[in-house]
Amino acid sequence: MIENMVSMRRHQELPKILVQSTGGLLLLMFSVATTASNGFINPAGPIAEELRDHLIFIVMVMAVVIVPLFIALPWTLWRYRLRTKSGSYQPNWEFSWPLEILIWGLPAVIVVVLGWNLWHQSYELDPYKPLAAAEAPLEIQAIALDWKWVFIYPDQNVASVNEVMIVAGRPVRFRLTSGTVMQSFMIPRLGGQIYTMAGMETQMNLLASEPGQFRGLNTQYNGMGFANQKFITHAVSQADFDAWATKMSDSKPPLNQAAWALLAKPSVLAAPQSFGSVAEGLFTGVIAGFTGGHPHMKADGTDL
Amino acid sequence: MTVESSFSLLGTLTPQDISFVQTFENPVMSEFIDGAAGSVLVIGMIIVAALLTYYRGWKTLWFDWLTSVDHKKVGIMYIVVAFVMLARAIIEGVLMRYQQSIAVNDPGVLTPDHFGQLFSTHGSIMIFFMAMPFITGMINYIMPQQIGARDVSFPLLNAISLWLTAAGAALVMISLVVGKFSTGGWTAYPPYTGIEFSPGEGVDYWIWSISLTSIGSTLTGVNFATTIYKNRAPGMTLFRMPLFCWTSLCTSVLMIFAMAPLTIATLMLALDRYAGFHFFTNDLGGNMMNYANLFWLFGHPEVYILILPAFGVFSEVISTFSGKTIYGYKSLVVATMSIAVLSFTVWLHHFFTMGQGANVNAIFGIATMLIGVPTGVKVYDWLLTMVRGRIRLTTAMLFSIMFLVTFVIGGLTGVILANPPVDFAVHNSLFLVAHFHNMVIPGVLFGMIAGYQFWFPKAFGFRLAERWGKASFWCWSFGFYLTFMPLYVLGLMGAMRRTVEWFRPEYLGWLQASFVGALLLFSGFILLIVQLIVSVRQRDQRRVPAGDPWDGRSLEWSNSAPPPEYNFAVIPEVSGQDAFTRLKEQGKAYASPAAYDDIIVPKNSIVAPVIGVGAIALGFALVWHIWWLVALGFVTIWGAVIARSFVTETERVIPASEVRADHEAWLQQVRECATTPREQEDTSANVGRAEVLA
Ligand code: HEM
Ligand SMILES: [Cu+2]
Ligand SMILES: [Cu+2]
Repeated sequence: MIENMVSMRRHQELPKILVQSTGGLLLLMFSVATTASNGFINPAGPIAEELRDHLIFIVMVMAVVIVPLFIALPWTLWRYRLRTKSGSYQPNWEFSWPLEILIWGLPAVIVVVLGWNLWHQSYELDPYKPLAAAEAPLEIQAIALDWKWVFIYPDQNVASVNEVMIVAGRPVRFRLTSGTVMQSFMIPRLGGQIYTMAGMETQMNLLASEPGQFRGLNTQYNGMGFANQKFITHAVSQADFDAWATKMSDSKPPLNQAAWALLAKPSVLAAPQSFGSVAEGLFTGVIAGFTGGHPHMKADGTDL
Repeated sequence: MTVESSFSLLGTLTPQDISFVQTFENPVMSEFIDGAAGSVLVIGMIIVAALLTYYRGWKTLWFDWLTSVDHKKVGIMYIVVAFVMLARAIIEGVLMRYQQSIAVNDPGVLTPDHFGQLFSTHGSIMIFFMAMPFITGMINYIMPQQIGARDVSFPLLNAISLWLTAAGAALVMISLVVGKFSTGGWTAYPPYTGIEFSPGEGVDYWIWSISLTSIGSTLTGVNFATTIYKNRAPGMTLFRMPLFCWTSLCTSVLMIFAMAPLTIATLMLALDRYAGFHFFTNDLGGNMMNYANLFWLFGHPEVYILILPAFGVFSEVISTFSGKTIYGYKSLVVATMSIAVLSFTVWLHHFFTMGQGANVNAIFGIATMLIGVPTGVKVYDWLLTMVRGRIRLTTAMLFSIMFLVTFVIGGLTGVILANPPVDFAVHNSLFLVAHFHNMVIPGVLFGMIAGYQFWFPKAFGFRLAERWGKASFWCWSFGFYLTFMPLYVLGLMGAMRRTVEWFRPEYLGWLQASFVGALLLFSGFILLIVQLIVSVRQRDQRRVPAGDPWDGRSLEWSNSAPPPEYNFAVIPEVSGQDAFTRLKEQGKAYASPAAYDDIIVPKNSIVAPVIGVGAIALGFALVWHIWWLVALGFVTIWGAVIARSFVTETERVIPASEVRADHEAWLQQVRECATTPREQEDTSANVGRAEVLA
């Protein structure tokens, strides 16, 4: 009996301690993750930065409904515990208009605030929306294969695999499709993700503020090589980019039907690959190969 | 596969498909673990069979359980299935956490293929064969008693639903020993799960196990909804029902409407795989986006199918252990109903990233956040239920309180995910994995554990050991935070789900912490089993024959523990909410009824087990293309249904004299029991007759 009561008391204090310590822990974890990581929480471009800020904004607004509960719950448990019979006991108390209005009203107001924001952010951060900038965006066509990423630079007529070259400070417009199962394209430090699907095109506009190297990946499980399907994004200056493209055209093999057929086979590549020229209409051809639109080149390289 | 092989006696099945043979031929760690899992299953079944033989239990098993259509027994059997499957799925979760915690720039112990099977079986089992049977069993056991009914509307159909679910679970278990399971996750998105990219039996195991249980759940929904509409005791108007019945009603309605898209989607996928259709293939007009829509048209309501009954349990537990009527009853009913309706309007938030454009995303995002309003209301209603009460921190109550605290954190991350642009950043990441475990573990699992602690004495006649229950509670709680908070961080750091190997050293510490947490969760599960064993051994000191150990408020506490087969000797008359508390306050509890009538109860039936066995055979045969067995399974199932329609004597009468003798004897016993004050709830003084609180 006595032992029972002691344990009762311990249980009543613990929730409070627990709530406080988890709160502290959460904050600590969050700051650690922010400073040293490869995720969007450590942004390297304006989109990822906005995403991070929205996340923090949502947390702060939501705190308005959550924090009161964290305070009121331990207090209630303490005040109305059976052992001391300290609080008033009203077993039939079941309703109060002011409280009712508060508990429906407050969440409703918060949803209105967050909903208003959400509406605008959805438009503003639509991945299809071109980014405002003085320069025209760099266009890159990305094709998801098992288990690799092929990047085609139509204006430069070069291609790279598992490595993508972009210009720091200049928007880049990715046009994406898949030569195999559905995948999802993402460079976490630059922004969000978008699915790539066979026979369909999706788009993603991104910008790297400074030169640097960022990890990119497929986030949608697609089989045995999934964990290895990574690519490096190099953000470089315009001059370096141009030099790189010229060097590629001069020295690298073409991405022709044979090379494509090899790439299209499921495999994990040991190292990135480069191509100095690209078969015309490869990107649209991969799409059309599934839709039956313009028979040009199927994902497996057959049927021209 | 050649034509000959598909028409041979064993279809596409070969000796190499048996897991032990694989382990023997290719003795690497991953195969060894697989072989060990298969062995545990086989040895476990042999031990159970041996024990049954030793204790001469086969007859009891068959006549008292397997052929029974009593809603209480069906409910208990559902929960047994849930516990067995929970054991497997937790171990798989721990194994995955172990793999991930050692696989930083290292392949670890599991092959990618094995890891793929693990997250697919873990997810599918947890949702379809742990959570669904658990809530279905809980509703089965409690709801008819709460509305003052003698059984569900269609008792045999109820048993058939159980056996269809059990058949699905059996298929998943068989895949441990014979062949492989899918690697397509619990969502099984094509085209990856199409025949081109996933040849072999794996996806077929997923398809048939899920199809069977989804049909079972649809039938359950029909059964429960009909029961609540039609079988309520006189005076039990809808707005006098306990909240658990309201949430059961909403869940049943959701089951009726939401399971169909899943059944359809799995069958369409099967047509793609077996018959060369092109619903979801890459080419020839197939479109996987249709699958995504169908799947989540089921998938989102599904999470509410799971969580609403748990909400119901929390309402009952919090109100009972606060010794107080529920705060804002009508408000909670309205909130539950709104959640049920809104849950059909938000499915697109599972694929904001599919490229449908800003306005569509924004509409579904806002709809998703709207659900937060009634959910927030519920949380505060539960809090206000405790206010001005007399709170006792029993195990069931502790789980409910930890649910409240933890669930709002999950709600917060849910609102984050509802924002389409932010979702672009965390979709498919461990942040998402943390979020949904943050909802299903405190929400569904804690709810079911709380319900199990709360109603166990009712079902078996003795209380569970609180000390072990509380030990388990602390393991579950700390284990949850330690396992899943690091996953939120990892998600923000760009770590994705379903990943077998990592290449970023900064993940290591978080992954290790998470693994330790998973071990704690596993300990929590083990302690629940210890609690059960200890309580069974001490059952004589823990008995509550009078049937009301917690000063309960609703009708299920008004009968004996365990209750008689027919639940109520005389159907009670209900005059308001908290029906049993009312009777106790008016001094009318345990009064002898004026008269007794004959009671008609359904007879046992072998139809349901026969259908179950037929369904296992059918599913197994479809997986392995054993066409003669497909035909046999099909004929067995429908043969049983047709044969049953010729059986005319399906009921049995319990004469009024027998009912009177039993009931009066019990009433006499109750009147002799001393009443227990709430302070002594957890002592042997508690024999199930409550002292009214003041
Ligand atoms: C009890 C301890 C649990 C542990 C240690 C655990 C662990 C895990 C792990 C490691 C994964 C894989 C994460 C990844 O993809 O990287 C996972 C996935 C999942 N879990 Fe759990 N889990 C637990 C409980 C539950 C419960 C109670 C449910 C549902 C009721 C659940 C449902 C799921 C689902 C649906 C998935 C996704 C599977 C997929 O990717 O298709 N888990 N869990
Ligand atoms: Cu599409
Ligand atoms: Cu959803």
